[in-house]
Amino acid sequence: MEKLEFRFPAQPATPAAGAALCGVVGSGNLEILIRPGDEADACVVSVKTSARGFGRIWEAVIAEFAARHAAGGTRIAINDMGATPAVVSLRLGQALGEYTGGVQ
Amino acid sequence: MNAPHPAGAWDTRRRGRQLRLERAAALGLARRVEAPRVGELLEAVIEPGDRVCLEGNNQKQADFLSETLADCSPERLHDLHMVQSVLALPSHVDLFERGIASKLDFSFSGPQGGRLARLVQDRQIEIGAIHTYLELFGRYFVDLTPNVCLIAAHAADAAGNLYTGPNTEDTPAIVEATAFKGGIVIAQVNELVDTLPRVDIPADWVDFYVVAPRPNYIEPLFTRDPAQITDVQVLMAMMALKGIYAEYGVKRLNHGIGFDTAAIELLLPTYATELGLKGKICTHWALNPHPTLIPAIESGCVESIHSFGSEVGMENYIAARSDVFFTGADGSMRSNRAFSQTAGLYACDMFIGSTLQMDLAGNSSTATLGRITGFGGAPNMGSDPHGRRHASPAWLKAGREAGGPNAIRGRKLVVQMVETFREHMAPVFVEELDAWKLQESMGMELPPIMIYGDDVTHIVTEEGIANLLLCRTPEEREQAIRGVAGFTPVGMARDRQMVEQLRQRGVIRRAEDLGIDPRRANRDLLAARSIKDLVRWSGGLYAPPARFRNW
Repeated sequence: MEKLEFRFPAQPATPAAGAALCGVVGSGNLEILIRPGDEADACVVSVKTSARGFGRIWEAVIAEFAARHAAGGTRIAINDMGATPAVVSLRLGQALGEYTGGVQ
Repeated sequence: MNAPHPAGAWDTRRRGRQLRLERAAALGLARRVEAPRVGELLEAVIEPGDRVCLEGNNQKQADFLSETLADCSPERLHDLHMVQSVLALPSHVDLFERGIASKLDFSFSGPQGGRLARLVQDRQIEIGAIHTYLELFGRYFVDLTPNVCLIAAHAADAAGNLYTGPNTEDTPAIVEATAFKGGIVIAQVNELVDTLPRVDIPADWVDFYVVAPRPNYIEPLFTRDPAQITDVQVLMAMMALKGIYAEYGVKRLNHGIGFDTAAIELLLPTYATELGLKGKICTHWALNPHPTLIPAIESGCVESIHSFGSEVGMENYIAARSDVFFTGADGSMRSNRAFSQTAGLYACDMFIGSTLQMDLAGNSSTATLGRITGFGGAPNMGSDPHGRRHASPAWLKAGREAGGPNAIRGRKLVVQMVETFREHMAPVFVEELDAWKLQESMGMELPPIMIYGDDVTHIVTEEGIANLLLCRTPEEREQAIRGVAGFTPVGMARDRQMVEQLRQRGVIRRAEDLGIDPRRANRDLLAARSIKDLVRWSGGLYAPPARFRNW
């Protein structure tokens, strides 16, 4: 188990829900919980992952997500069971879609 | 033997054939041979140095004849030159390990790829070349004509007429080349019947047949369980449908056999129909009877399918859908690999399939170190045929994107669809293909590249679609590939500014550029989510093999 923490600047999100949950903790998959954060223009992410040694890729995946989406003002918790970057990116997009009601 | 014409003799092959038949007759072997005597027959009619074609593809296999040949005496039979589509069975490789055969010209080796590579390194085998199916069939009629062919059919009648059933596959091409150039045709059949449902190969092209102790092996290679399709594959399928199928109006096509394209097949009745694409895309196919196409057929999305071979369990469904599939007067399907490959080459506007590795020029290969796997039909399907002369909207649009409004030819759409990482985080996008190292270690004349980069028009990944037709320089092409290569080292080394410019020009399109909501990229969008769903869609006509049944 590895724990990672990231904080990236991002355009503020417009929440439509108090929180959003997406995905499941299963092999090759992950669970993402988005809740309101403390800083309107930052996306703060904490990752718990079963796969060690992929910190650099996590950083790149989350940086790209924060750059491409209005995801500021959020605190995102991820429980990962070895999801590929493709799955992580898709689930982040889906979770944010739920959180903002489709407005990104 | 295959010596040139001795002075004044113009019928050596015919006379040689007669001598071989006389040797068999001297042993008391007639047209119908009993299974235990097939070894004697092979030793009587095959000569050292012969070119021998053992029928077998990724579906039907002449497995009894192959095992019997492998059990022949290497003193009697040696230095055979095998010319065959597929090296798939353990007995195929045994031929070389036991010193019966020494040279191989083939197309695909799949599961035997590792053993084949070891034989090459140990110099127990000489590989002539790795072909596409059509190339190899072509060479049967030019410089690789078999002296003897060992084929598989479903049934024979007493006269020796053959019924191949739905799995006709390579048989007509092999028999035609052998029977009409003084060769000998030997068939294994599953059963002897009084009256055949239809005649696929006439008796006077067949010299011997044997009822094999067990039915010939058929691999259900084209069955993909919808339960294994992932949400990421659904996302990629949505992008492909909206960004390529709809844009070009692709009506005539071939699909690869992976889960990526199975996802597309299962979105035709749902997402594609919702986009108003029914009847506008995917109406005519060169394709094996993929079970995952059943929902699209049942929904009226598909008009016609011609197949290379059949698929285990699909027989009754096919017979009940003769408007869609090619079937005989008896009701069962007639497949034909040579014709379907020709259809895939010249009569289809698109090929879409997957690969294991792709480099920055777009070259792709399924070869990995220590394995020689060959290509099958992919290089044929996945290439732009310069001999094509008929136009279609999809072909013209692609040609004009590449060559401008005055282009004098169109382009076939050749689409590679891959997730950026395979299992165990192996990146698909690489600086250099393993194929180059394999070429060096195996002493091959060419690197085993499956699809050349200059034939590839689009790459679909979870990150988006790269349209290589719109790239104007090698640098643009490289950045377009890096721009969809995700978080692989190749993708992370992209020139971000150039990738953004390519996106502004529509060379790269992301899901959001295509108006795709990621929340819809969900397995719920598939028309069938299990094999059982497919059976239900077929009204109980599809009978999946036991290994795919979990209920």
